[in-house]
Amino acid sequence: MKKRKMFYRMVTASLMRRRSRMLIALLAVAIGATILSGLMTIYFDVPRQMGAQFRNYGANMIFTPAQEEFQQADLEQGISLIDPKELVGATPFRYESVRIHEQPLMAAATDMESVGKTSPYWSVDGEWPSVSRQAMVGKTIAENLNLSIGDQMTINYTPEDADEETPDNWIDCKVTAILNTGGSEEEYVYLSMEDMEDLTGVPGVIDLAEISVSATSEKLSSYVETINASVDSVRAELVKRVTASETSVLSKLQALVLLVTIIVLALTMICVATTMTAVVTERRQEIGLRKAIGASDASIMKEFMGESLLLGAIGGILGAIVGFVFAQVVSVNVFGSSISFRPLLAIITIIVSVLITALTCVLPIRSATRVDPALVLKGE
Amino acid sequence: MSLLELKHVYKIYGDLHALDDVNLKVEKGEWVSIMGPSGSGKSTMMNIIGCMDKPSKGEVLLDGVDIAKESSKNLTLIRRDKIGLIFQQFHLVNYLSALENVMLAQYYHSVPDKEEAMQALERVGLADRARHLPSQLSGGEQQRVCVARALINYPEIILADEPTGNLDDKNEEIVVDLFHKLHAEGTTLIVVTHDPEVAEVAQRTVVLRHGKLEREVINENFTGTFQH
Repeated sequence: MKKRKMFYRMVTASLMRRRSRMLIALLAVAIGATILSGLMTIYFDVPRQMGAQFRNYGANMIFTPAQEEFQQADLEQGISLIDPKELVGATPFRYESVRIHEQPLMAAATDMESVGKTSPYWSVDGEWPSVSRQAMVGKTIAENLNLSIGDQMTINYTPEDADEETPDNWIDCKVTAILNTGGSEEEYVYLSMEDMEDLTGVPGVIDLAEISVSATSEKLSSYVETINASVDSVRAELVKRVTASETSVLSKLQALVLLVTIIVLALTMICVATTMTAVVTERRQEIGLRKAIGASDASIMKEFMGESLLLGAIGGILGAIVGFVFAQVVSVNVFGSSISFRPLLAIITIIVSVLITALTCVLPIRSATRVDPALVLKGE
Repeated sequence: MSLLELKHVYKIYGDLHALDDVNLKVEKGEWVSIMGPSGSGKSTMMNIIGCMDKPSKGEVLLDGVDIAKESSKNLTLIRRDKIGLIFQQFHLVNYLSALENVMLAQYYHSVPDKEEAMQALERVGLADRARHLPSQLSGGEQQRVCVARALINYPEIILADEPTGNLDDKNEEIVVDLFHKLHAEGTTLIVVTHDPEVAEVAQRTVVLRHGKLEREVINENFTGTFQH
């Protein structure tokens, strides 16, 4: 039998046949690796998760006209420069002064489907307008004009160039929804872009577009620069209120997770070191015997190190697996979405576990090699 | 030249002279017992002969080399190559099988050889217990594994410290029989014991008292077996 084979046999026998003892050490390593792997996964996944959360608070980029107005084609050209995976939604708005029941007010034409994506916080009673001649009114207007869901209303529009003789344009719409936001959005009537074109007779004009992009602030800034450089008719801007607070919350959260990770790592090292010291101390007699029958200090160091490396690797593998499950549970419960497995993080967890176990074992093993075989073999 | 020679050996701890001017010669192939009451210096002498301790003064020549002057690293090598140790408490590695415990000595000495280790276990009558862990063996069987481990590397000297101290009469006889066989094959045996019956089996008994060599008794009727 080769020496190496005997070495592996001794190392595995020590772990397998001393299961109850080694289980405690293995648990210490595995729990540390679990928390390390879990927290690292969360640390790297937080920007994506939080980005998705922040998108609930509305758009983080707006397009305004470089001159007076821009067209749907300009909007499309602008958003084509954004990675489709990061683009949550892009909603055009067109504002016109209209009259309902002879009351002057503002009508906003928009894409009813995408406004739900860029402004997920909008709370709507009734059904979102889905076909032509359906409208949504803000709560303030509904109260002032005494409108409720199912009511018909006539919207009048006076073209800018009309003289006193020219009759108003008008369309009849059915109120299908009332919008509650608690903000200025409640002071508008919302129509589809097509209805607004019918009402005004002017097609394809956009006054403002709200874009929601799930990306870091650096990436957002670079998108803004690219869009401003490529699309002349559009001026892209970041909604600083949203992006700045997102960056600030994100960096604080990541710093917190990092801090917890470092503390857990330190605690794990102390725990593993204590356990390994106990394990080594318990085996002083065995070390004494090995020395008595001719083992050198280096050879004892090698055998114990072999055991601790194996322990670290098994603990690391267990920790990487359980840690991913832990991160997944946290992610699903806290952020409401799942995370993908990162093989690199698993490898890092295993390597860190092996290194920590080896590092924390060096001192107890070194002290164990100073054991006097004559003393321990006498039971002293 | 004697295989082992102690010349004016002292071991001093503060005021205590654990060994006090001890002189002893052991020839190759000889079977010597070291006897004496507790505290007489038996264990100190055993540790020095076994290269696990160094004398405070004096020379300890093993195969012509003064081990008193060697570094602890060299002592480990000398112990590995020249001495086979047998202990009262057996001291087997509890998570290795009987066979693996014997192979452990080969592992540190040169290369593990399963067949040779198996033959050693056969010699001590434990071939059928080779795969058992020490906890599955009786005290006598454990001591026989210890003997197999001690002889596996063909040492110059087998040094046994109270080898029968934890054994019943039957197992004591088995172990003494093993010593008899080893001696017949030319192995040098030094057995530390306080059991006169075990000591008397040897060719020569050295009696220690208060760290001094009190007397030597030659066994005129030496047979290497119990004289019941």
